[in-house]
Amino acid sequence: MEIYLPIADLPVNVFLVFAMGLAVGFISGMFGIGGGFLMTPLLIFIGVSPAVSVATVATHIAASSFSGALLYWRRRALDLALALMLLVGGIVGTALGVWLFTLLRSIGQLDLVIALAYVILLCSVGSAMIVESVRAILRRRRGEIQDVRRPGSHTWVHGLPIKVRFKQSRLYISVIPVWVIGFAMGFLGAIMGIGGGFILVPLLIYVLRVPTNVVIGTSLVLTLMTMATATVLHAVTNHLVDALLALILMLGGVTGAQFGAQAGQRMHSERLRLLLGLLIFAVGLRFAINLFVTPADLYSFRILEGQQ
Amino acid sequence: MRRFRPLAGAVSAVWLLLLMMLSVAAAKERLVVSLSNQRVSINSVFSGATLVLFGAIEREGAAPKRRFGYDIVAIVTGPRQSLLTLRKDRVIGIWVNVESRTFLDVPSYLAILANRPFNQIAKPAVLHKLKVGFDKTILTQRIGPDFADVVHKDSFRQAFLRLQGERKLYLESENAVTFLAPTLFRASVPLPAEALVGSYAVEVLLFAEGEMIARTTSAFEISKVGFERFVVVAAQDYGLLYGIVAVMMALTTGWLASIVFRRD
Repeated sequence: MEIYLPIADLPVNVFLVFAMGLAVGFISGMFGIGGGFLMTPLLIFIGVSPAVSVATVATHIAASSFSGALLYWRRRALDLALALMLLVGGIVGTALGVWLFTLLRSIGQLDLVIALAYVILLCSVGSAMIVESVRAILRRRRGEIQDVRRPGSHTWVHGLPIKVRFKQSRLYISVIPVWVIGFAMGFLGAIMGIGGGFILVPLLIYVLRVPTNVVIGTSLVLTLMTMATATVLHAVTNHLVDALLALILMLGGVTGAQFGAQAGQRMHSERLRLLLGLLIFAVGLRFAINLFVTPADLYSFRILEGQQ
Repeated sequence: MRRFRPLAGAVSAVWLLLLMMLSVAAAKERLVVSLSNQRVSINSVFSGATLVLFGAIEREGAAPKRRFGYDIVAIVTGPRQSLLTLRKDRVIGIWVNVESRTFLDVPSYLAILANRPFNQIAKPAVLHKLKVGFDKTILTQRIGPDFADVVHKDSFRQAFLRLQGERKLYLESENAVTFLAPTLFRASVPLPAEALVGSYAVEVLLFAEGEMIARTTSAFEISKVGFERFVVVAAQDYGLLYGIVAVMMALTTGWLASIVFRRD
C-alpha cells in the first residue's frame, strides 16, 4: 500500500516503513539505544532526503525510547537523577554541535566529516565492545567469579570534585565526568544525527561504572529528552519533520521496542554487548566500504534549500 | 434615390482590399490545445499522474496545402529550482566530493515531446532557437564567479540530465505525440510522484515544412490537497506548535504501546 508523504514529498510503501520501524525498534528496545544510526541511513536508502530523515528520525526515536523507558521505569531499572545530570551537559553539547554543523556545511565537506565520524566512531566503539564482551563470556565459561563491583573498581574519574550521590545507581561520584559524557552525547548527536545511545551505554558502564541493569533505562531517558528537543528544534527551524512518516515509523518502532526490551532482559549482558558490538561494527564497516569502493555514480545532486 | 459617390466607393474598395490582405494573412493554421486536467491534486494516495494534452490544428481561410503534414513539439516546464551537483573523486584512497556546480533556476520538470525525431522536424538552427531538445535547453550553471550555460558535452551537464532522467523528471520523447487525424493530435505527459508542487507551463509548437508556423501555451498546477495540504501548512506556518504536537504524538504512541504490551 503506497502512501504519499506530505513533507518528504514522495510515496512510500506503508508496510515497508512499518517493518523498518519494527526492526529498528526491536534493536533499540533490546540494547537501550535510539537506533538513529540505523534508521537514518535506512530512510535515506528508500529515497527520503537526508535532512528530512534526520529530523523525522528524532521524532520516531522519541516515541520508541519513551515506550522503552516506561518499561524500565516500572521495573525501577533507571536512574532519573543521572539522566537529568547528563542532560545538563547534553544541552551545551547540542548547541556547540549545531554551530559546528553549520560551519562544516558552509565549507562544503559535511558529508565527508559525517561519513568519517561514523566510520571511526562505530568501528572503534563496536570493536571495543566485541573484545570486551568476548573476554567476559570467556571468563564466565572458565567459571571465574563475575565482575563484582568492588570499591577498587573506581577509577580516577570518580575521584574528581563536586561529588553527587546517585541512589538508583548506587554511585557516589563527581558530576564532572557525567557532564562531559552528556556534552559529548549532545555534540555527536547534533553533528551525526544520532541519539548516541550506543556510545552512552558503554561509557556509562566502563567509565562511570553504572550497574548494567540501570544503564539501559537511563540511556533511554536521556535519548527521549534529547530527541524530543531535537524534534521541536527541527520543526521550528527547518520545517522538515514529516509527521506521517514519523507516525508509521513509531507505530512499528514502539511495537518492536517492547519485544526487544523483553528479549534484552532475558539475555546475559555480555552476550547483549557482543551482539550490539557486532551490529555497530557492521554499520561502521558499511560506511567504510562506501568511502573506499568506487561509487556506482560519481555524480550526485541535491536541491538547494529555500529554492523550491 | 441614392446617388453613386465615387469617394465612398474608393474608400470601401480600399477597405475591402485591406480586409482581403488580412484574411490572406489569417489564412494560416491555428493551434487549439486542451489539457485533460488543469489541476493535479496530491493526496495521500498520489503516486504520480499522467496528463493528456489534446490539440487540433485549425486551418483558417485558404491555408496552404502542407504536402508533408504537420509536426508537433510540446514542451512542459515545471517550477524552477536551483540544484547543487557534486562530483566524487578518489583522494588518498577514499571517495570525496571534490567538485561541485550549481545549476541556477533550472526547471524541476522538463518534458520535450514530439511526434518524430527532432532533427527530422526542423533544422538545428530552428530547433536551437526554440530550445527543442535537452542539448538546446539552457541550463545556467554557476562556475566560480561566472554564470553560464556551457557546451552540451560538459560532464556536469550530462550528469545532471542523466540524474534527472533517472528520476523521470526530465523526459525527451520523439514519439510521445501521436496524430489521431491529420490535424488532430494527442500527447501524454507523465508526472512522477516526485514532481514538485507549483505551476507548470505547456508550450505547443506547430511545425510544417521545417518551419515553426504557430505556437500556443497552456498551463496546469500541481498542488497538495486535504490532509497533505494540512500537514504542509501546519509545518510551514506553525512550526513550534507542529513540533510540540509531533512530540506529543510520539509520547502518546510510546505510552499506548507500553500499556498495550504490558505483561506484568
